Amino acid sequence: MADTFTLHLKVWRQAGPDQDGKLVDYTVDNVNEHMSFLEMLDVLNEQIVAEGREEPIEFDYDCREGICGSCDLVINGRAHGPKAMTCTCQLHMRNYSDGDTIVIEPFRAKGFPVIKDLVVDRSAFDRIIEAGGYVSVRTGAAPDANSIPIEKSVADTAFDYATCIGCGACVAACPNSSASLFTGAKLAHLNRLPQGEPERKRRTVAMVEQMEKEGFGDCSNYAECEAVCPKGISISAIAEMRRNYMKAAFAGEEL
Amino acid sequence: MNLDSKVPSGPLEDKWSKHLKDIKLVAPNNKRKHDVIVVGTGLAGGSAAASLAELGYNVKSFCIQDSARRAHSIAAQGGINAAKNYPNDGDTIWRLFYDTIKGGDYRSRESNTYRLAQISNEIIDQAVAQGVPFAREYGGLLANRSFGGAQVSRTFYARGQTGQQLLLGAYQAMMRQVHDGKIEMYTRHEMLDLVMVGGKARGIVTRDLVSGEIQRWMADAVVLATGGYGNVFYLSTNAKNSNVTAAWRCHKRGAGFANPCYVQIHPTCIPVSGDYQSKLTLMSESLRNDGRVWVPKKKGDDRPPNDIPEEERYYYLEEKYPAFGNLVPRDVASRNAKIVCDKGMGVGPTGRAVYLDFRDAIKRDGRKTISEKYGNLFEMYENITGDNPYEVPMRIFPAVHYTMGGLWVDYNLMSNVPGLFVAGEANFSDHGANRLGASALMQGLSDGYFIIPYTVGNYLADAELDEIDTTHQAFDEAAANAQQHIDKLLGVQGDKSVIDFHRELGQIMWDKVGISRNEEGLKQAISEIQELREEFWQNVRVPGEAANYNKYLEFAGRVADFLELGELMARDALHRDESAGCHLREEHQSEEGEAIRNDEEYSYVAAWEFQGVNGQLQEELHKENLEFEFVELKQRSYK
Ligand SMILES: Cc1cc2nc3c(=O)[nH]c(=O)nc-3n(C[C@H](O)[C@H](O)[C@H](O)COP(=O)(O)OP(=O)(O)OC[C@H]3O[C@@H](n4cnc5c(N)ncnc54)[C@H](O)[C@@H]3O)c2cc1C
Ligand code: SF4
Ligand code: FES
Repeated sequence: MADTFTLHLKVWRQAGPDQDGKLVDYTVDNVNEHMSFLEMLDVLNEQIVAEGREEPIEFDYDCREGICGSCDLVINGRAHGPKAMTCTCQLHMRNYSDGDTIVIEPFRAKGFPVIKDLVVDRSAFDRIIEAGGYVSVRTGAAPDANSIPIEKSVADTAFDYATCIGCGACVAACPNSSASLFTGAKLAHLNRLPQGEPERKRRTVAMVEQMEKEGFGDCSNYAECEAVCPKGISISAIAEMRRNYMKAAFAGEEL
Repeated sequence: MNLDSKVPSGPLEDKWSKHLKDIKLVAPNNKRKHDVIVVGTGLAGGSAAASLAELGYNVKSFCIQDSARRAHSIAAQGGINAAKNYPNDGDTIWRLFYDTIKGGDYRSRESNTYRLAQISNEIIDQAVAQGVPFAREYGGLLANRSFGGAQVSRTFYARGQTGQQLLLGAYQAMMRQVHDGKIEMYTRHEMLDLVMVGGKARGIVTRDLVSGEIQRWMADAVVLATGGYGNVFYLSTNAKNSNVTAAWRCHKRGAGFANPCYVQIHPTCIPVSGDYQSKLTLMSESLRNDGRVWVPKKKGDDRPPNDIPEEERYYYLEEKYPAFGNLVPRDVASRNAKIVCDKGMGVGPTGRAVYLDFRDAIKRDGRKTISEKYGNLFEMYENITGDNPYEVPMRIFPAVHYTMGGLWVDYNLMSNVPGLFVAGEANFSDHGANRLGASALMQGLSDGYFIIPYTVGNYLADAELDEIDTTHQAFDEAAANAQQHIDKLLGVQGDKSVIDFHRELGQIMWDKVGISRNEEGLKQAISEIQELREEFWQNVRVPGEAANYNKYLEFAGRVADFLELGELMARDALHRDESAGCHLREEHQSEEGEAIRNDEEYSYVAAWEFQGVNGQLQEELHKENLEFEFVELKQRSYK
């Protein structure tokens, strides 16, 4: 069986949206290298519940396999922790050693208010999609799927952008708390496909404006978002979004 | 309990079109007057909510996650079937239907399964029109691949993220309707009860998972699309929030629960590594196209796998099933892994694993080719286990994956409770005793985009609904019921954790209601679950408060329901004294361990009616006979 070791944690505890929060120290023994990061937090929570002195730590998760985008921790100052292209739930404890200290905080941004402890409200992302992140096609109105051939390279690039899991790490990592990578990824997915073409301008303007309304900052090309994105979304999406936005917003057309 | 399946008469291929012709319509200006609740935003719920809203109904949509886009469907990897026959390899609607009904070991309704195959093609059209980026050929047309249990290439896919892409398509369609004011979206809301007025489903009670508030919602019809109950086993490939609560509480209000014992166990998952384990990760079934499954011939052989010479390896699937080899259906592969491990030939620290070895494929095709096909999966495996599958064989073991059972529904996908519709994995409808790969996505979207929107209208067109509001006593009663349940959970103040109870229940289920079952084990399971449930209500410790974000409290409510469902699953498995698909009763197997059905006595859907729970669960069995007019029942063989 694998060796076990001990970790020191500093975890952000905040009772509610309007309360002050602070880092609280915990020690977890019996950490096993095969555990995932979230399983390590489960072990800590079981310890907290058994002791009964305080409430367990709240954090978000669902699939625990890197696809739903629920998990969202800042680990030692980095959104989703030290491993590139890896979300919090896929991080394993073999990346740490005995005696390490780990600071765990929520994704922080004006657009992501804290709900409790490490849980934040990311509903702003839904509202950005709501503003135009779709193709307006009614159920049943679709032509045969093969009636519009799409060049493989175009389809593959659209797919690369479509793999965004909506986790929000890009926002958490950005010094301006910009949501440009998330918004740009959806636009880059839909705007380059023939299905998305008719609404390209309207979609771009609506989503960009919604992003601003939600209190996310501007993009100043720090590229921190790309570095933490667990799906490797390229910042080319942002340049493309800008180009499309300029063209659409200043063309003076009825949108 | 009325189990009238309402299957239209006539030839199989005309039933659905005839039904659509006969279906009653609601005039556009009247649709606006109807509220419909859709619980769940997975493929089934998301597509149903979007399509109902497009038609003009006022939809209220609910989910547990913080966004509709995060429903469990997002995790589906492999693909979605359709009978498009784009590869021109002779696929037809009939063949897709036939493979599905045979794969399900002849325990599903012919008419529903046929309709699923018919609708499959429209789903692909719809998804492509939404911008779902399916894999394409160089010529720009859609690509297909093959999947277990079929001899044609009919699976559409988007790399290993087909569920994600399809769900985002449905989610975006939903968000368009949110934008147009036709859907009101309530995330982080958990349904805790169904409200019945005048014998009809008229609303739900939810808990706001942020504030803890208990809320009431009224509607003219309720669509439940809350997914499967695989998490009754604690460890499964399902997302952590997947649960049975919504379906179970409807069951307690009178909805029949059909075939609860039919559970699919997927053969290729990463084995359990320790008791802190919180979920199991699926490794795509496609790996079996090139990986060879084996165990050492010698029991307890602990040499590193690469030191074990060829003649001392037991390639048990290839030896037992020369025709299908490593590509036998899921149930057969899972069962055989258990058999060799039970014999002491299992590998790894726990002895509960077998090898999936790519050595020969790498030798044959080169590392580059293998990496192009499976690179992502190999990385994922290495990330989780720390082992490199290019160098050493993967270790895999079966894990609970999908539940074919669910709430009973008729041809309209309405339960026996008028006004309560059930879609997706939450219903029992199309897969019989075993589901073929790539057909759950097809079913969820078929139900949601193309069936529910019409059949709900058919119901509303002449449903006589009382004029009520949420102060009606049925709402008072349901809300009080939900609140009492929460207070009771918090009031126990025992000293054993919710997770410990769940883990223990999972162990009982896995050992005795899992890959194979027998009379003695099932009887033991029933009494052990009863004792565990008793202990739960005496000794569970639920921390925190009701009026706050409280994940432990959410889980406690779900575990309480699993503790009842588990008993029903064992009882259903005990009563079904035959083997069928995934349900293997050890008393009924061939010498090679194949399932032997008993069509004379068990060719029916078992629908259970809740009567009460008092020490033991009281349930009454009702039967819907399965009639096969169009296919001939055969013993499955993959030899
Ligand atoms: C790892 C994995 C891979 C898979 N791969 C494939 C594949 O390749 N092909 C295939 O065909 N199938 C696959 N499946 C199966 C398939 O993904 C599921 O069967 C299907 O997605 C279920 O969809 P659904 O809409 O019925 O439910 P789900 O997607 O489970 O959605 C359930 C919804 O209900 C909500 N909900 C649940 N309870 C409540 C409640 N009490 N109150 C409010 N909301 C509630 C949830 O929040 C969620 O929104 C896979 C499954 C897994 C686990
Ligand atoms: S762009 Fe990357 S970091 Fe941002 S939400 Fe999408 S997946 Fe997460
Ligand atoms: S929990 Fe789903 S991505 Fe991490």
